[in-house]
Amino acid sequence: MSFFPPDLDLRFRDAAVAEGLLDVSYDIADTPIGPLLVAVTERGLCRISFDPEPDRELDGLARDYGARVLRAASPIDPVKRELDEYFQGRRRKFELPVDLRGRSEFSLAVLQQLADVPYGEVTTYGSLAARTGRPRAARAVGTIMNRNPIPIVLPCHRVVGSTGSLVGYGGGLERKRQLLDLEHAPV
Amino acid sequence: MEAVSVPPFERFYEEHRSAVFGHLVRLVGRQRAEDAFQETFLRALRGYPSLRHGRHLKAWVFTIATRVAVDESRKRPPAPTDEVAELPHEDGRPAWAELEHLADELPEKERAAVVLRYGYDLPYDQIADALDSSEDAARQAASSGVRRLRRRLA
Repeated sequence: MSFFPPDLDLRFRDAAVAEGLLDVSYDIADTPIGPLLVAVTERGLCRISFDPEPDRELDGLARDYGARVLRAASPIDPVKRELDEYFQGRRRKFELPVDLRGRSEFSLAVLQQLADVPYGEVTTYGSLAARTGRPRAARAVGTIMNRNPIPIVLPCHRVVGSTGSLVGYGGGLERKRQLLDLEHAPV
Repeated sequence: MEAVSVPPFERFYEEHRSAVFGHLVRLVGRQRAEDAFQETFLRALRGYPSLRHGRHLKAWVFTIATRVAVDESRKRPPAPTDEVAELPHEDGRPAWAELEHLADELPEKERAAVVLRYGYDLPYDQIADALDSSEDAARQAASSGVRRLRRRLA
């Protein structure tokens, strides 16, 4: 491995951001439920992943938003700040713009309804389906929750089964339980 | 031929940044290599969306780096040669490493052609691209560079 100055690396990443040349910036955020990979585009937050190994996310990000995907800290700072506040119990609603381009109309409608589920409350897959105008689409809503690109901020952890069981979570049931406990949700 | 898709930029950058930096240090010296490095990868970012496949990316970024180095050298006087002598020593470098410092005093174009051809095994069409010249002119620049080196070594 030849010599490569680390400050030069940081300078380049900053310059790439400053010149607006990136399709996607990403970084790792440390949280009480583990490290999260966070990615943003020019339009807003586009990914939160419980798998902090970038190599497994990069191809998907490049496919969805463009190949100029680069690790860069500064565009992620506002997201880290809101996540910190949330995990400290000081934030009940996220105010970050999101980038959900490329999703079906139904997915967008469901995710919009999901975003409106209040902090500390839970709803069911069936009820979310009904609110989107398709009461029999509970299973489809489950699939959309499972593929939620921005968990935590779009609070799919607040969606549970009709019997009150936690059912499932992309980040594992233990994390779903931790998030609901943090919010003092009645489950 | 199997399609090779353009990789996410992060992967491309991590794979080539050290070699590109080393290449620039050889071409313009340690001090000026940092600015040239940044300019090289910013140009790569600008050009990235128009890449149609992921083949020959190393040659692609080396040609950008070489063009940046040539542009830089046109703008500024040559760096003092002692900067080049301060290169960190790396074990296991090819025999070329023993000779490349001799290329420092060659005229700009010849030096770039010689370094790209014999140091990095780039084909002449890529070198031509890097030098903004024809393939014949690139071949000629490399061979007259080598002749000049031979005279110096004789």
